Amino acid sequence: MEPIVAVVVGVLMAASVYLMLSRNLVRFVFGLALISHAANLLIFVSGGMIRGMTPLIAPNAVLPEPGVANALPQALMLTAIVISFSVLAFALVLAFRTYEELKTVDTDAMRAAEPDNGIGEGS
Amino acid sequence: MSWLLVGPIALPLSAAVIGFCLRGRDGAQRVVSLIAALGLAGVAATLLAVVWQDGITVSQMGGWPAPFGITLVADHLSSAMVAVTAVIGLATVIYSFGSTPPGEVSYALHPLVHALLAGVCGAFLAGDIFNLYVWFEVMLIASFALLVLGGTRSQLDGAVRYAALSLIATTLLLSGIGLLYGLTGTLNMADLHLRVQDVENQGLLTVVAVLFIIAFGIKSAVFPLFFWLPASYHTPKAAVSAIFSGLLTKVGVYALMRVFTLIFTHDVGYTHELLLWVAGATMVTGVLGAASQNELRRILSFHIISQIGYMILGIALFTEFGILGGIFYIIHHIIVKANLFFVAGAADRISGSTDLDRLGGLYRDKPVLAVLFFVPAFSLAGFPPLSGFWAKLFLIQASIEASEFVIAGVALAVGLMTAYSMTKIWLQAFWKARPADAGPPPMPLPVRLRMLLFGPITGLAALTLAIGLYAKPLYSVAERSARELMDPSRYVEAVLKTDHPAEAAQRQGIGRLPTQ
Repeated sequence: MEPIVAVVVGVLMAASVYLMLSRNLVRFVFGLALISHAANLLIFVSGGMIRGMTPLIAPNAVLPEPGVANALPQALMLTAIVISFSVLAFALVLAFRTYEELKTVDTDAMRAAEPDNGIGEGS
Repeated sequence: MSWLLVGPIALPLSAAVIGFCLRGRDGAQRVVSLIAALGLAGVAATLLAVVWQDGITVSQMGGWPAPFGITLVADHLSSAMVAVTAVIGLATVIYSFGSTPPGEVSYALHPLVHALLAGVCGAFLAGDIFNLYVWFEVMLIASFALLVLGGTRSQLDGAVRYAALSLIATTLLLSGIGLLYGLTGTLNMADLHLRVQDVENQGLLTVVAVLFIIAFGIKSAVFPLFFWLPASYHTPKAAVSAIFSGLLTKVGVYALMRVFTLIFTHDVGYTHELLLWVAGATMVTGVLGAASQNELRRILSFHIISQIGYMILGIALFTEFGILGGIFYIIHHIIVKANLFFVAGAADRISGSTDLDRLGGLYRDKPVLAVLFFVPAFSLAGFPPLSGFWAKLFLIQASIEASEFVIAGVALAVGLMTAYSMTKIWLQAFWKARPADAGPPPMPLPVRLRMLLFGPITGLAALTLAIGLYAKPLYSVAERSARELMDPSRYVEAVLKTDHPAEAAQRQGIGRLPTQ
């Protein structure tokens, strides 16, 4: 199972890098969404994928029984998913507001903060 | 001592929540903000005093022992960083009373500043690497919102660049953490220190280390990953750019310093050599970039980059004295750089521009401001007897002791170039006559506004001067921090509280990855 997921992580990473290299801001945001999925899957794989028992510790025992699934990577992923979700929401709004104000999604054409004369518009 | 470690995080966080609840009620919000900032300063000072007395202070959240639970750790470095964060937080809150008049954006400014402070303090106190990531994200989200507060065109443009690179950095950090967990089976930094020594695949560990260099390198704006910084730092409100320039990049440097003394010391010949090259290139490109700019806040933004190079140099030398110099530099730089952005904001307020071609005559009109600019500016350039002189002296001395003569020369030359930039600002904004097309001469500011703007500037300038004239206290803090960083056994002992081999073995058994 691990090799397949590892390849999926690689493909996702490659696709997201391809998308993020685009000058189009919308594509960049899509790339961002993909790369966070890739990172989450990476945690999942590197934590070890075991079809095991639920990680419950029996009463009076200190250690869980050997062979149980590792719950920690899933907890990490859950946290990371929540964070990337909120950040993605922000990125989408930012992209939309930028499009409204600057009338473009081409990042090369966005020169409001760094115009050619070297002096920004300031705030 | 649990409240003492939780305080620097919980206090600003609750101030942020209360502040958001009070939106629309400007006065009440400001009172809450000021009380929280003063409280944070109090807690941070107490924390520093306690750590100074008792050594590393550790708190296990929820009573779960390390390495399973969430650990908060304050060693000398962390507590000193929290203390300087509190100082900058307080200065920013007071300054923003003057620089941001009650109006549409102030409902979010104070809560967001406190959310940012909570994230920064959390990152400094986090004892495990995943929490470090989470606090980075808290800080980042608050900073995104602060950056676009006001929503001008240039702010949105800057925010796109800032957000894009920051988000890539956090994703890389997350990937690095995932791989590191896969290699070692733990996330607690003290535990990682022990476990990385047993990792069989040391090559993969180096790859992970480089992933961390890139992730934290984007955060701390090192060469060649710094382009987001000069594109965005000059766009937000004056108070916001000051707190950004003071704190944000330094959290990245702190994180580099932490992981490259505690975790990734297996291949110093590669990773720290890489950091040394990065340090040199960062110094040079930053200062050259600054020389080509003609806008006050953009010049200062480029100088952040070149100064980051010095701090990275401290890490890269990997000697006790080098780390000491790096820590001294970070603390000096946070105070000085935030202050310079405060001055830039005040100059903007007085003259209506931060473009050097449209500034002038500030020395004649506002001699006090000129003096207050002079102190941090020439401290930045490293003139004695200001704080920057000692910071540069220690680092250059450490480089020479480590036989890195080239980098010592680069550091000296960059100091000279910094002096050039500061002199340029001095000549253009303060000394030359006010240009004819710059509009009517500045109006005198109301007394209350002048107090609010100049108060924090004066306070920070006095601090710079105090560090310069009496460097001993900060030197001692930096010395103790460096000793702790170079000998992590005390940190590990304090966090894991175990020296029984049997207990350690049992821990290994529990914490290991389940295998098939």
